[in-house]
Amino acid sequence: MDNIAGSKSSLRWAVHLSVAFLVVLWLIPTVGLLVSSFRTTDQISTGGWWRALMTAEHNLILRTAPPSTQTQINGKYVVTGSLAKSGTDLDIRVWGVSSRAIDDYTPGATAKLSKGGEITVSKDGHYRMEHTLPFTGKRGTRIFLSSALPPEFTLDNYHKVLFDPKNVEGMGQAFLTTMIVTIPATIIPILIAAFAAYALAWMQFPGRALLVAFIVGLLVVPLQLALIPLLKLHLNIGIGKGFIGVWLAHTAFGMPLAIYLLRNYMVGLPKDIIENARIDGATDFQIFMKLIVPLSFPALAAFSIFQFLWTWNDLLVAKVFLIDSSGQTVVMTAKLVEMLGTRGGNWEILATSAFVSIVVPLLVFFSLQKYLVRGLLAGSVK
Amino acid sequence: MTQLKLSNIDKSYGNGVCVLKDINLDINSGELLVFVGPSGCGKSTLLRMIAGLETITAGELQINGQSMNDMPPSKRGIAMVFQSYALYPHLTVRENMAFALKIAKQSPAQIDAAVDNAAKKLQLEDYLDRLPKALSGGQRQRVAIGRAIVRDPQVFLFDEPLSNLDAALRVATRIEIARLKESMPDRTMIYVTHDQVEAMTLATRIVVLADKGIAQVGTPLELYNTPANEFVAQFIGSPAMNLMPGKIVATGEQTTVHLDAGGVAISNISTIDADAGKVVNVGVRPEDLMLASGEFMLEAKVDITEALGEYTLLYLQQTDGAENFIAKLSGTHKELRDQTIQLMANPGKVHLFHEGLGMH
Ligand SMILES: Nc1ncnc2c1ncn2[C@@H]1O[C@H](COP(=O)(O)OP(=O)(O)OP(=O)(O)O)[C@@H](O)[C@H]1O
Ligand SMILES: [Mg+2]
Repeated sequence: MDNIAGSKSSLRWAVHLSVAFLVVLWLIPTVGLLVSSFRTTDQISTGGWWRALMTAEHNLILRTAPPSTQTQINGKYVVTGSLAKSGTDLDIRVWGVSSRAIDDYTPGATAKLSKGGEITVSKDGHYRMEHTLPFTGKRGTRIFLSSALPPEFTLDNYHKVLFDPKNVEGMGQAFLTTMIVTIPATIIPILIAAFAAYALAWMQFPGRALLVAFIVGLLVVPLQLALIPLLKLHLNIGIGKGFIGVWLAHTAFGMPLAIYLLRNYMVGLPKDIIENARIDGATDFQIFMKLIVPLSFPALAAFSIFQFLWTWNDLLVAKVFLIDSSGQTVVMTAKLVEMLGTRGGNWEILATSAFVSIVVPLLVFFSLQKYLVRGLLAGSVK
Repeated sequence: MTQLKLSNIDKSYGNGVCVLKDINLDINSGELLVFVGPSGCGKSTLLRMIAGLETITAGELQINGQSMNDMPPSKRGIAMVFQSYALYPHLTVRENMAFALKIAKQSPAQIDAAVDNAAKKLQLEDYLDRLPKALSGGQRQRVAIGRAIVRDPQVFLFDEPLSNLDAALRVATRIEIARLKESMPDRTMIYVTHDQVEAMTLATRIVVLADKGIAQVGTPLELYNTPANEFVAQFIGSPAMNLMPGKIVATGEQTTVHLDAGGVAISNISTIDADAGKVVNVGVRPEDLMLASGEFMLEAKVDITEALGEYTLLYLQQTDGAENFIAKLSGTHKELRDQTIQLMANPGKVHLFHEGLGMH
């Protein structure tokens, strides 16, 4: 007995540990993406997302105002101003006037300039440059400094990616396109499949068993086989590339799994209930609407999640049946691929775009996951 | 008046298995007819054919003189109560009971009146807004019955409605059904059960099904007192009737049988001279056996006694060990264990069966 109890609890530990491991494995990239999407370009270049809450240091090369702005005060030529670009703050740790020694001076100290004169730089980047002779040259003097970068989070990336009026990144448009593809591509197959599943589960007609077997067979047919013939068909019957085409394609590819899942669930509903409804005078349609649909809700929800996630993340079917040269119908997955090329260096834009594309699936999954489990386990446990 | 008429009804399933054959039965309006029979003999099948849930392979079913073979269940004027209750799990008790009426497009006022009326009859008023899962087994069963009442059918069909209830509740619900039947004297009920007591107490007539057909139809006491054959004799009554082989030696007003085991049985069943010498089975119910002195019918050793206070069951083993019998004596008789006793029965209680069929 002790043995059994012992192995049971160690098994439980193994389960707990592996669950924890999976959770961590899943959380690290997701949280990383989320954090990165709120950081600025500067911050992303100073360190990884796990340092987002710490103050970072970064080295800058900034110029004073050009000599043309100098004024004469008490017989001295003076240039004043702030090194900080408008709208940003500096928190200078050390600074210098030569690229070889950027940490010569502390804020408030005065340095001699190589071309003559001297400069004082305060902590916040304000400076005063003085010389008895006029400053010459076109450009200001270079100051090398190391500034503290406080943690900073911004919604700018989201604004840029989603709501930029000029839609430079195109992500807002792509988000809408994906929605337009996904929602009908989830609803249409589930509507058709629910009716089919009811008929296959509860209505008597010749060839029913064969039909079920055929549908199970279709489950293992890879969709790549059908891409070209199906596209040809679409072109021939005049649907062409576009939303209707992609809806139909997703419907067709999702149907076998949908019918299979729903039929299995519906077959498990108690026969007496349906017979009683027959005696009560309900037609097949009424039985379907008033009993089967409400009682099959877990299975319907489970399949909707699957179909939604799969169409949302789909690239292949969209590329084949939807995206044409007009560029008006680019879905998010395709947009992301495009951006990897054009904006490969702009991690904050990529991270934000990526997060935009996963946030809806995450919401859907977490709000409906209890049905996912119930719908999938249906029939396997009583 | 005959309300349901079953003529030459056969039932076989797709794979060629014949379940019922040549069923003929007239059911009068206002009857409470009970189907009994061993498990798997086709009781549910017959009931479901009457309900229209199962096709009739051959023969004809008439209700009120109209052929029902191809009539959908909802048009037959029947309501059915299932063993599993078959409540709609996502609907409240009220919605469950209103379901059929809503389908029939009755007005909300009518529906409410019918539901409230049924709820009152079955003491369900307090539960009308609950879901079935929040009810006890007995309450669920009452909802199922209420759902049938609401539709006010001509014929109620019950398929083992009480078998999921515990013993005490079963008795209470049985009495409730009897009362319900009394309150609706012109409604017909057909009731399937395994339970002898239910069958004996509720039925106006019992139909014993066996071997794909009807073994006997009759009132409970007819079946008990004059079973038509050995099957019914052993099926009705508990413990089952003892059957002892023997040979007729004297005929007339009374018949005398010499039993193979050595005893002599005298029965009030009259026989003609031609019956003399026939091989028969003598049937005696355990409760009709009594201790004998002198003339005896049965001599056997008491193997086990079961004293239940009111009466004692004696499990008897004949000396050659071939047959076992049961006797039921009133009072406590534990002391008889391991003794060899002699038993006899009142001639009025001795049944005779020739080739399986009862002689009367
Ligand atoms: N769909 C079916 N296909 C083939 N045979 C069936 C089918 N349904 C029932 N049977 C057979 O018909 C016979 C009668 O079944 P039925 O359910 O009527 O028995 P029953 O008398 O109600 O038994 P119980 O008292 O156990 O409920 C059984 O032998 C069963 O195996
Ligand atoms: Mg049955």
